[in-house]
Amino acid sequence: MNDITNEQLEIQLLLEAIYIKYGYDFREYSLAHTKRRLEYRCGIEGIKNYAEMQHKVIHDANFFEQLLLDLSINVTEMFRDPWFYKKVRELVIPHLHTYPFLKIWHAGCSAGQEVYSMGIILHEESLKERAQVYATDFNESILEKAKKGIYPMDLIRQYSANYQAANGSASFSDYYTADYDHVIMKNVLKDKVLFTPHNLATDGAFGEMHVIFCRNVLIYFTRELQNRVFNLFYDSLIPGGFLCLGSKESLRFADIADKFELVSEPEKIYRKKRGR
Amino acid sequence: MSCNNIHYRAVVIGASAGGLAAVGAILAELKSTFCIPILLAQHISPHVESHLATHFAAKTALAVKEAEDKDPIKRGSLYIAPSNYHLLVGFDGCTALSIDPPVNYSRPSIDVLFESAADYFGNELIGIILSGANSDGAAGLKKIKQRGGLTVVQSLDSAEVKTMPQAAIEAANADHILSLKDIGHFLNTICEC
Ligand SMILES: C[S@@+](CC[C@H](N)C(=O)[O-])C[C@H]1O[C@@H](n2cnc3c(N)ncnc32)[C@H](O)[C@@H]1O
Repeated sequence: MNDITNEQLEIQLLLEAIYIKYGYDFREYSLAHTKRRLEYRCGIEGIKNYAEMQHKVIHDANFFEQLLLDLSINVTEMFRDPWFYKKVRELVIPHLHTYPFLKIWHAGCSAGQEVYSMGIILHEESLKERAQVYATDFNESILEKAKKGIYPMDLIRQYSANYQAANGSASFSDYYTADYDHVIMKNVLKDKVLFTPHNLATDGAFGEMHVIFCRNVLIYFTRELQNRVFNLFYDSLIPGGFLCLGSKESLRFADIADKFELVSEPEKIYRKKRGR
Repeated sequence: MSCNNIHYRAVVIGASAGGLAAVGAILAELKSTFCIPILLAQHISPHVESHLATHFAAKTALAVKEAEDKDPIKRGSLYIAPSNYHLLVGFDGCTALSIDPPVNYSRPSIDVLFESAADYFGNELIGIILSGANSDGAAGLKKIKQRGGLTVVQSLDSAEVKTMPQAAIEAANADHILSLKDIGHFLNTICEC
C-alpha cells in the first residue's frame, strides 16, 4: 500500500479532476499550501469534505473560477522588497543600456504591481522606449486587473514609501491619476507591455528574454515543478540574461544551477552564463 | 549521538510581543544535547529584515537559521520564519514559505505554522505558546491537541504580555502551563540523549 493518507489522496483526486476538466494543473503544487487554500474555501462555503468539493467543482464552473482565485495566491505589492529594486537599478540596469532592444518577462505578474514598478524604473532610466515587456499569469481575471492598472487608494501610502525606499527619484504620484478611492496607473507605463496568459506548469518558453522576473511564484511549486520551470527560464533567456527571483527563492534545487552565476545573493539575482 | 527513545519529532514555538526575551530564556535552558528540531514563528515588523537568527544564535547550541523554502527539517536545528512570510511544514517534511495574506493580522502567523506542523507530525509534535498581545496561535495549538500532540503554554504570571497565552489556554485546554524556566527543563527531559 502507498504511504499516503486518505486526505492526501482525496486532495490529489480533486486536483486530478480539475486538471482533466479545466486544464489547470495544480498536481505539482506544494500540498501544504494547497490544503490551506482548500480548507479556507471549505470553511466559507460550509463544504464538509473533499469528495463534496470535487462534486461541486466538476458540476459548477463558477465554483471552479472561485477556487482558481483561491489557489493562485495573488498577493503582491508595488516595489515589494524595495532593496531588491535598488539592486536592479544598480546591477541590472547598466547592462540593459548596452542593448539597442530589450525584452523583459514578468512571469506570474499577478495584478501587475511588479510590472508597473519595473515600468517606472525603465521610464526613469530612459530604457522604456526600447523595451518590449511581457506580463504573464495563468489567471486571466487577475491579468485583466493588471492590464487596467487600477489600485485602491488606501494602498498608495505603502506603495509610495516602498518607491522612496527603492531610491525612486521622483514623486510616486507622478505615475498615477487619482480618482476618488482608487488610482489609475498612467498610460506611459503600459504602452510597451503585452499582458497575456501563460501557465508555467504547462506552457512553453518565451524566446530571447534579457530579463525574467519570477518572484514569489515558485515557492508554491514542488521541487520537480520548480526544476522544470528553471529549465524553461534557461531556454527563454539570452546568454548573459538576468533571472530575478523572490528574496526567499533560489536556484539551489535546480539541475541547471551551474549554468547561472549569482549576481547578488540576498536579492536572488542570477545571470545566465555565456557559452555552453 | 543517538536519541532513539524520543517520542517527539519536532517542537513549534509561537511568540509575539515579549517573545524575544521569552524564546531567548528557553533557548538558554536547553542542553547542548537537545536534538529535535524547533520551528519558530515570532511576530516582527514586516518592513524590516529580520535579525532574529543572529539574535538567537548567540543563545543556543542549536544550529540557527532563517528558514528558506524547502529546507529539509533536521535534528538539532532551529528554523525561524522570515519576516513577511508564513512558515509551514510541507507534506514532504521540508519547510515551505508563502506570502499568502496575513492570518490574525500576522505574517508569519503562528496558526499557519502550527496547523501545517500538526498535519505532518501528528502526535509526535510539541506546540508551545509564549507571550503576546493577540490570539494568533490559539487555533493552531488546538489543532495540535486534536491530533494528539503535546500542548504547552507559558504561565500567565511569567508572561510579559498575557493575551496570547490566555487565548491559547482557553482554546486548547493546554496540557502544561509552565514558567519559561520550566519549559526549558521540560524540553530537556523530553529529549535526553
Ligand atoms: C504571490 S503572487 C506573486 C506576484 C508578484 N510576482 C510578486 O512577487 O509580488 C503569485 C502569482 O503567480 C501566479 N501563478 C501561480 N501558478 C502559476 C502558473 N502555473 N503559471 C503562471 N502563473 C502562476 C498566481 O496567479 C499569482 O498571481
